[in-house]
Formats: sequence, structure tokens, C-alpha cells
Amino acid sequence: MEVKEEASNAVLVRRIFVLIIFAVLAVGGFMLSVGMGSVSIPLDEIITVIFGTGTGTHEQILWNIRLPRTIVAAFVGINLALSGAVLQAIMKNPLADPHIIGISSGAGLAGIIVMLVFPGYEYLVTPVAFLGAMAAAVVIYILAWKNGIRPVRIILAGVAVSAFLGAGISALMIFHSDKVHGALMWMVGGLAARSWPHVDIIYPYAVAGIILVMLGARHLNILQLGDEIAKGLGLNVELTRIVMTAIAAMLAASAVSVVGLLGFVGLIVPHAARLIIGSDYRFLLPGAALLGAAVVMFSDTFARTAFAPTELPVGILMAGLGAPFFLFLLRREL
Amino acid sequence: MALEAKNLTVAFEGNTILKNVNVSFSPGKRTAIIGPNGAGKSTLLKALSSLNRKYEGQVLLDGEDVREMGRKKLSQRLAILPQGAQAPADVTVKQLVDFGRFPYRSWLRASDPKADREAVEWAIERTQLNAFVDRPVIRLSGGERQRAWIAMALAQKPEILLLDEPTTYLDIGHQLEVMNIVEDLNREYGITIIMVLHDINHALQYADEIVVIKDHGVFAQGTPKEILTVDMLGNVFGVRADVFVNSKGISVLSPVSLVK
Repeated sequence: MEVKEEASNAVLVRRIFVLIIFAVLAVGGFMLSVGMGSVSIPLDEIITVIFGTGTGTHEQILWNIRLPRTIVAAFVGINLALSGAVLQAIMKNPLADPHIIGISSGAGLAGIIVMLVFPGYEYLVTPVAFLGAMAAAVVIYILAWKNGIRPVRIILAGVAVSAFLGAGISALMIFHSDKVHGALMWMVGGLAARSWPHVDIIYPYAVAGIILVMLGARHLNILQLGDEIAKGLGLNVELTRIVMTAIAAMLAASAVSVVGLLGFVGLIVPHAARLIIGSDYRFLLPGAALLGAAVVMFSDTFARTAFAPTELPVGILMAGLGAPFFLFLLRREL
Repeated sequence: MALEAKNLTVAFEGNTILKNVNVSFSPGKRTAIIGPNGAGKSTLLKALSSLNRKYEGQVLLDGEDVREMGRKKLSQRLAILPQGAQAPADVTVKQLVDFGRFPYRSWLRASDPKADREAVEWAIERTQLNAFVDRPVIRLSGGERQRAWIAMALAQKPEILLLDEPTTYLDIGHQLEVMNIVEDLNREYGITIIMVLHDINHALQYADEIVVIKDHGVFAQGTPKEILTVDMLGNVFGVRADVFVNSKGISVLSPVSLVK
């Protein structure tokens, strides 16, 4: 049995090692995102500013522009990645992501209604989008309910509701084609001009979400074994599914309402994390969260510096780079 | 009476599958549930094991309604191995078996690591999986994989083990291997076995008691000798069979033709 113990420990050591790498990536992404831009700020200065002793214009840039934007990026990455990871376990489908429960289409339509139909109320985009996302998720839930929730019915109801809301989005864009620029940016998702008020909106959801999903990690592990095995082990499958879907919806809705429809992170990051770290949610959840934060921070840095002074919406960049990388991972796996 | 169903009626989307079933399973025995396809064997097993709690009537464990027991409390006493279980690709045998300790864990109550470890080791030992503990379940052969799932159920330390056609898709050697493990668990540890079997001769060889399900209810219950007769096969399965005595002295049935 000695040898066997070693083999099990090796798995544990590997997972912890991967988590450390992801954490280093996240910290690196943070430093890069804070330091790079039209004015680049050296690392030692970043540290002195963060710990409260910096002065001058660099401090202004960091506190007022770079730091809040980077923090929003990190929370958006964390929330979308956790949401996707949770939904993949609940739906028992590796292609599940926040789109599936209507988050994107709900937030999309709600946000676009505000931007195009009530253009004077732009400051309401975030709360209205959040309500729209949650409302779409609830509608999909109700449509999928029939003696309990089955993953297949959620996916089908999600596809139908998203198509319906998507039609609304397209119709509004056509009828208001003169004002469509801002709406397009919203549809793609971006972090331009995100600041402290946005941090204030997203962080309570992120903190609550992280705690709640981590408490549910063992339940998600059991749920991956299938409904019957999970029930046989004494898990209340229906309740777990409802609660965890609600948490996933809240996480994703808080992210997309702040930055627009950055959908892809919720699909690719948890999937990539799963391929690297395995399916044990006690490790997969922190792994996905760290990787999500790192990916969004890196991507945003690249998106705003690569073609400076023009800023690329980060959503375009992430889909453009993420999709090929995703295919590469899949090809290696299959 | 360890486990019993009282006036159990199960309907699914308007179709009555079981109607007013009354059946009890003796503690410490191995009971085989047999019957034709669609008779409701799996439905009965699912109601007995609380995989399905949407039924009329009652399922009682030592006289207590299982729907009034906590799910985890129930899972500490009763384990079920349904058909077609699948694990994620990277889950190893040891991790799978450890999932069997889930009923003993909760947010409030720390689990007892010593009890967990002993239960997992015991389950792996009993199913002869020591050589495979770190192998992904998905890479095991059919027989080994079925043993791994049985080990997970054993880690629950159940008094009652329910199995739904545990030998489906296995070759005859692995079928006997699985049946022998089940028999040993019953003999050595007194675990009550309730299993749906499709092979009549397995029922003859490995069960103390037979329950025959037909037409939404219990058609007959008794010892294999009383129940598994040529007449019964004709009545229940519409099959004419011959009887042979095998070298162990057990009468086995060999289906020959359909009853016209």
C-alpha cells in the first residue's frame, strides 16, 4: 500500500502545484494590468502606491484608472469562470456556460432597451441588465420545471428563450441603427472606463459567490456522478441543483451587467481548468477562479495596449484568442 | 422486517407501473427480484431505495417510513447501485470509493477520518481492487468497474445493499465474480442483499428468496426451489424450459422455446 499512497499524494501535489501556478499567473496579470498603459509604471512604484505611500501623477493614474479597472477585470473573470464551472457540474455537460441559463440574452436585451430606447438613463444599464439576466434565468427555470429540473430541459428552454430574446435585441438594433455603436460595445463586452462604482457593484456578489460555491464543492463532486448515484448517497439533488444554479446565475449576472456580454470566459476557462487540474471541484473551483481572473486581466491589458491609442473591446480579443486555444486543448485531450 | 413496501403504487406520467404492492425483505437474506421486461422491477428498486420518492403507500425500514428519515441517515443504512453509473474521466477507484463516505459528511459535523479511511480500505479489500486504487475508473474493464461501484456502495457501510442488474454487460466469468462478491458480503457481514436479476440461473444459485414481479405487482414470493419452476417460467416469461441438475446439485433451467 506504500506505493499506492505515494501515487495518491502525487495527484494532490500536482493539483496544489497547478493552483500555485494559476495564482502566480493571476498576480502577474494584476501587476501587468496595473503597470501597463499609455504611461507605464514600474513594479516597485505600484507596490508603494498600493501600500499607501506613493505620490504624484502615477498614484492618480493607479488609483483612479488602473486599479479599479483591473479589480473589475479580476472579479469578472472569477465570477464568470465560477459560474461556468458550477453549471458544467449541474448540467453534466462540459459545454454548459452562463449563456445556457439565459444570463447573456437577458442582460443583453435589458441593457440594450435602456441604451437604445431610454438613452437618457445610461446609468441604469447595470442594475437593469442584472435584473434582466436574473429574470431570464427564472423564466428558463420555470419553463424547464416539470416534476423537478432536468439538465436537458434547462438546455432546451435556454436555447429557446435566448433565441427569443436575441430576436428582440436584433429588432431593437435595426430600429435604432443610428445609436447602435454603444449597444454593439455592450454586446461584445469591454472594460473601458470601468471604475470604483463598478467595483462596488460586483465585489459583494463575487465574495458571496466564492464562499457559497466553495461550500458546495463536495456536493458538485457528487452531482457529477449522475442523479441516481447522487440520490443514493443521500444528496438532495433537486435542492442542490436549484441553489447552485441560482448562485451561478447571480455570479454571471453581476459580471455581465458591469462589463457587457463577455460570455466566452464562462465556457473556456472552467473547461481549460478542468483539463489541467481534473474534475474534483475542491480544486477545480479555486483553479477556475484564479485562471478566470488571470485571463481577463491579461486580455484586457493586451486589448488596451496592443493597438494604442485605439482600444479593442476585450470580448473580441478573448474570443479571438480563446477559441483557437480552446480547440488546441480539446484536440490534445480527445 | 428490515425493509418492506406497503400498498406501494407508482405511476409515471399517468401509467401505473406498480399497483398496491406489498412485499417485505427478510433481514440478512439475499433476495432476487425477477420478472419480464417492463414489469416494474427497477421501479420497485427505485422506490425501495428512495431514488424515487414519488409514490403512494409506504416504504418502511424497520417500521419507519423512509420518506420521514433524513436522506443521509437513510444512505448510511441502505446503499443502491443503479444501472449505467458513470464517473468523470479522471476519477480514480480510490476517489470513487471515497464518495461513498458522503452520507457521513456535512457542513456542520466534521467527518471521522479514521472511520472514513477504514471503510474505504475495507470496501476496496472486499471487492479485490487493491491493485487498481489509483487507476481512473473509466479505464477499468467492465468487471473491475462494476466492482468499483460496488465498493463505493460498501463504503457507505450499509445494512442493506440494493443492486439493479449488477451483471449486465459482463462476460460470464465477471458475472460470477460479481455474484460471488455479493454472496460473500452477505455471508460474512450479514448485509441484506436485494437485487434485480435477469438471469434466472443466477437467481437459483445466489438467492435465498425470490420475488417475482408481473403485471404491476408481486406474482409470487418464496424460496428459489418453490418459485423457479418450469410452470413459473411458462406463466411469467412465456418460455418453455428444461430442468437440469448441475454438478453443484442445483437445478438449473434452460429455456428451450416460446410457449405458443
